[in-house]
Amino acid sequence: MGGLWVVAEPGPDHGLARISTEIATLARDLGARGEHEVVGIVVAAEPAEPAAELARYLPRVLAIQDPAADERAWAAVAAAHLAALAEGDSPDLVLTGAGPDGRDVAGALSALRGLGVLTNATSVAWDGDESGAGGPSVEMSVFGGKLLTSSGFTGGRGIVTVRPNVVTAAAAAAPGKVEQHASRATPLPAVRVVDRVSEAGAAAPIEEAKIIVAGGRGVGGPDGFDLVGALAQVLGGAVGATRAAVDSGWIPYSQQIGQTGKIVKPELYLALGISGAIQHKVGMQTAGTIVAVNRDADAPIAEFADLLVVGDLFEVGNALLEQLRSRSG
Amino acid sequence: MRIVVLVKPVPDPASAGERLGPDGRLDRAAAPAVVNGNDEYALEAALKLSAAAGDGSEVTLLSMAPASAPETLRKALAMGATRGVLVTDPALAGSDALSTSRVLAAALRTLEFDLVLAGVDTSDGVGGTVAAAVAAHLRLPYLSYAARIEPDEAAGTVRVRRISPTGYDLLEAPMPALISCTQALGEPRYPSLKGIMGARSKEIANRSLADLGLDPATVGGAVAATALRETRMPPPRAATEVVRGAPADGAARIAELLATRRLI
Ligand SMILES: Cc1cc2nc3c(=O)[nH]c(=O)nc-3n(C[C@H](O)[C@H](O)[C@H](O)COP(=O)(O)OP(=O)(O)OC[C@H]3O[C@@H](n4cnc5c(N)ncnc54)[C@H](O)[C@@H]3O)c2cc1C
Ligand SMILES: Nc1ncnc2c1ncn2[C@@H]1O[C@H](COP(=O)(O)O)[C@@H](O)[C@H]1O
Repeated sequence: MGGLWVVAEPGPDHGLARISTEIATLARDLGARGEHEVVGIVVAAEPAEPAAELARYLPRVLAIQDPAADERAWAAVAAAHLAALAEGDSPDLVLTGAGPDGRDVAGALSALRGLGVLTNATSVAWDGDESGAGGPSVEMSVFGGKLLTSSGFTGGRGIVTVRPNVVTAAAAAAPGKVEQHASRATPLPAVRVVDRVSEAGAAAPIEEAKIIVAGGRGVGGPDGFDLVGALAQVLGGAVGATRAAVDSGWIPYSQQIGQTGKIVKPELYLALGISGAIQHKVGMQTAGTIVAVNRDADAPIAEFADLLVVGDLFEVGNALLEQLRSRSG
Repeated sequence: MRIVVLVKPVPDPASAGERLGPDGRLDRAAAPAVVNGNDEYALEAALKLSAAAGDGSEVTLLSMAPASAPETLRKALAMGATRGVLVTDPALAGSDALSTSRVLAAALRTLEFDLVLAGVDTSDGVGGTVAAAVAAHLRLPYLSYAARIEPDEAAGTVRVRRISPTGYDLLEAPMPALISCTQALGEPRYPSLKGIMGARSKEIANRSLADLGLDPATVGGAVAATALRETRMPPPRAATEVVRGAPADGAARIAELLATRRLI
C-alpha cells in the first residue's frame, strides 16, 4: 500500500477529531503533488461514523473495528493495529495530530516500527522537486518560536505530528470509499478506561475560535473573567487564559493557552492582563492580530502585539465593551 | 515505591540565547541548561508519591544528556530525588527522538521500578513522543497526560486522570507502568537549603552505551532517522503600536483597528 497515512483520532461523541480533517486535507494535497496514494485509517469500536466523515476528505479509508479502542486508552490500541498494517506494507509518511492522542500514537508506532518522528509541524511539503522522491520537508517552530527549522527523514520515511490550524479543512470534490479492514494486531499492554468524566463548566473549545479574548493574572480573580467573557460574547469569540489564571482556579484548564495548554491561531487575540511569557507566547504567537491591554508598557507582550493599550484592563475593557455594544446595538 | 523520573536538561526558555550551533545541533554554550519544566512536575509528583508510600521508597532520576548534565541534575536532586543515572556518550550527540527512546528504554532495563514518570513534552523541541515510545519499547502500560496519579500498592495497580478535551478519563493499569505528567499535578517545590547541601553528596552514576550493551551502530547521531536541513528566523511581526492615555481613547483605538481589519 505504501503512500501517505492519515491516522484518524477520536473526536467528541464517537466522531472524528477536527485535527484529523485538517490533516486529511493536508495529506490529500501532498498526495496529489507527489502522486502518492493517500489512505485514512480509523481504529474505533464503532468506526462507521468517523470513517464516513474521514471519507469526505480522502479517496480511501480503512476502517478497523476493535472494541478495545473504546474500553482501553485509544493510542496504544491504534498503534498496535497501525504497526501490524505497516508490517505488510510500510507507509512513506504517517500523519497524526500534535495533540495528546496524536503524540501518543506517533510515539508508540515509532517504537514498534523503528520509524523516525518529526513533531509539531507547522508545514509539510515535498523536499526539492515536488515529486515526493526526496521525502517530506517538515517545518517546525522550536525554542518557543525563536527559530524555524526544516527537517526530513534520512531513510525517506517516517511519522509527522502536525499542529492544529496549519491548514483549513476542506472536503474533497467527491467522497471516497470506506473499506473494512480485518486486523490482527499484537496488542500493547492494556490500560483500562474506568470512566470518562465531563467537567461542568467546560466552555467553548478555543482551538476552533476565530476570536479569542484571554485573561491573565491581571484580571485579579474569577469575577475578572466576567469582563473577559462579556467581551468574548460581543465579539463572538471564546475565552482563553494563561496558566497563572488557571492555576489560581479562576477558569478551567481546558481554556489554557500555551506550551502546556492549547495552541491556537485565531484571527484576533485580545489579551487582558497577560504579560506574554514565552510559554504563553508559543500558544498564540501565530494569531492574525494581537491586541493587548496591560498597565505595564514593558511587559514582554509589547514585543509581539500589534497594538498595546497601556492602562487598566477594567477601565479599558469596560470602555471597549460599551463601544462595541453601541456599535452592534 | 520505586519511581524513576525521566528528566531532560534543556536550554532555559526564559533566556534569549537558545540557538543551534553551526553543526545544526543545540548550541549548549549559548543558554544555561535547566531541567525541562514538565519534568519538574513529574519529579514533584514522584516526590509526593514516594513520601506517601513511606519506607523504602526512592526516586531515581534518569537522563540522557551531555557530560555536563550533573550541574543541572543537582537541582533536581536538591528537590529531593535519591540519586541520578546519567547516560552520556559522545556517540549520542545528535540523537533523534527514536534513538533517545531506545537509549532510555535500555537504561530502564537496568533499573528496578514500580513507576516511571516523564514530562508530556519538552520546551526546546516540543516533541511529546519520547514517553510513549519508551513505554512501547518496554511493553509497559502507558498512561498519559496525568492530572492525578493514585497508586494502589496492595492491588499493584495505578489510576491516572488523563486530561481530555471535556474533562478527564480515569485510566487504570497494573504496575510497573509509565506515566506522562502535566502541570495539573501541582507546582514543583523549591529546593530547601538542606536539600541543596545534601544534593552535593548524592550519587550520579554515569552509563555509557557500552555499559547498557548498546551498539553505537543502532543509536545516536550517526543513525538518526531524522535530519535537520535548514533553519531560518521567523518573519518578524510588524512593529507594535503603543497607545497611552484615557481608557476610552485606548478602547476607541482597539475598536477602530478591529473595524479596519474586518474583525467586527
Ligand atoms: C513548564 C512550564 C509550562 C508553562 N506553560 C504555560 C502555558 O501553557 N500557558 C501559560 O500561559 N503559561 C505557562 N507557563 C507559565 C508562564 O511562564 C507564565 O508564568 C504565565 O504565562 C504568566 O501568566 P500571566 O501573564 O497571566 O501572569 P503575569 O506574568 O503575572 O502577568 C500579569 C500581567 O498583568 C498585568 N496587569 C496586572 N493587573 C493589571 C490591570 N489591572 N490592568 C492591566 N494589566 C494588569 C501586569 O502588568 C502583568 O504584565 C508555564 C511555565 C512553565 C515553567
Ligand atoms: N534525553 C532525555 N533524557 C531523559 N528524559 C528524556 C529525554 N528526552 C525526553 N525525555 C523524557 O520524555 C519526555 C518527553 O520528551 P519529548 O518527547 O522529547 O518532548 C520529557 O519530558 C522527558 O521526561
